[in-house]
Amino acid sequence: MLNLTDKFLELVRLAATSLPPDVEKALRESVEKEEPSSASRGALETILKNVELAREKSTPICQDTGTPIFYVHYPQGWSTIELKAQIREAVVEATKLTYLRPNAVNSVTGKNTGDNTGDEHYPTIHFEEMEGNTLSVDLMLKGGGCENVGAQYKLPNSKLDAGRDLEGVRRVVLDAVYQAQGKGCAPGILGVAIGGDRGSSFIASKETLLRQLDDKNPDAELAALEDTLFEQANQLGIGPMGFGGETTVLGAKVKAVHRLPASYFVSISYMCWAYRRRKMTVIGDNVIYA
Amino acid sequence: MQKLTIPISDDHIRSLKVGDSVTLNGTMLTGRDAVHKWIFDTFIEKKRAPEGDDQEVYEAIKQILEGGVIYHCGPVVAGLDSGDYKFVAAGPTTSTREEPYQARVMQHFNLKGVIGKGGMAGNTLAACRDVPGVYFHAIGGAATLIAQSVKEVLGVHKLDFGVPEAIWVLQVEEFPVVVTMDSHGSSIHDEVDQKSKKILDSLLA
Repeated sequence: MLNLTDKFLELVRLAATSLPPDVEKALRESVEKEEPSSASRGALETILKNVELAREKSTPICQDTGTPIFYVHYPQGWSTIELKAQIREAVVEATKLTYLRPNAVNSVTGKNTGDNTGDEHYPTIHFEEMEGNTLSVDLMLKGGGCENVGAQYKLPNSKLDAGRDLEGVRRVVLDAVYQAQGKGCAPGILGVAIGGDRGSSFIASKETLLRQLDDKNPDAELAALEDTLFEQANQLGIGPMGFGGETTVLGAKVKAVHRLPASYFVSISYMCWAYRRRKMTVIGDNVIYA
Repeated sequence: MQKLTIPISDDHIRSLKVGDSVTLNGTMLTGRDAVHKWIFDTFIEKKRAPEGDDQEVYEAIKQILEGGVIYHCGPVVAGLDSGDYKFVAAGPTTSTREEPYQARVMQHFNLKGVIGKGGMAGNTLAACRDVPGVYFHAIGGAATLIAQSVKEVLGVHKLDFGVPEAIWVLQVEEFPVVVTMDSHGSSIHDEVDQKSKKILDSLLA
């Protein structure tokens, strides 16, 4: 099997230092919506300056380089033991090169391992075997500030008058955006999962963040819900950094997964504006980054 | 844009109003979750006795915090092997986690400024009025840009807390922030919260 450690290292570098084009475009469009010389417009201008500088200097966009979450789709017969070892080695190297901050903290002793490897859950790696001979790896770096404002609701929720339907979903998602205020580094992106158990629901809410900002949900009902969430979350007026303003979220992505008859979870993963996700595809000797 | 030099006088603090954009210049410390808990438990509530270098570090940081500023930040730092430290990326972390400690820490050290993101709550706002002090909001995620304002890393304490949680002593120039909580009881965060709550209620009506 190929040794792809260097290629994984490049994936990490790219994700940490270069904001994806769709996110940058959405931020640029948002600047024009904010009032001239307002604090919220100033925040967006600073954000864009930082995006350019980080790319130019190849240094982290945000100092919280987050939990590295890898989604690996690998060809039949490849060894996940080897892929995992290579990914972990790349993460250690990326930490040495200061593309990543040492982020793995032992929850009992409080000790930071210093190299971004912890137990089997850190870094997080999801493996899925695929037909064909292409390896594709998505990497998301999810910071702690935005992860902390994520939320999971169990419907029905009488306080929010939210029943087990898409109207109920709308109500709890808007509540989550309100609760988050600017603390998750608004403008954010909402990854929403409906259904699942508590664990699979949160996993699905993150998977949906791998979608492009300007794509359309193939499910018409969910597409309509995404549009409503985007529009109404922005009406809340929380604005960039919570300074007030027009841009509270850059997008909303919703995924429905099967659930038990007894459970109806709505999980919201809030992604900060520093929406760091990159993809690497390996076909034969060719490695393509996007 | 107003230029402030650390230490900051009470008069200067009182002249600041929410919405003011200012730059900070001088020596400041980083301190976040582990540092606030350590200060609180060891020197304010005295739940645990100082051990190791605790007392020594306390005396050192006390001088910088008197009239000074603390920055909620867990940086990316180069030069960890050589000790020739350089800040690579250094944006603010979410401040609300320090709410249980911040007011007492401000009073204990006569701390004039807290830099972070996301704002803080009632106890800190009250301390801003009493000490007096202000909350400076840095732009979350603008880490490479903000690191340019860190001209020199003067030292580090408690590196055993880990790189993000250590106390980094910094010389900063033109460090850009916005006042979002002032010493007169105003908080942009409270205003935005109340306004957005009304809108939420109407969207859920």
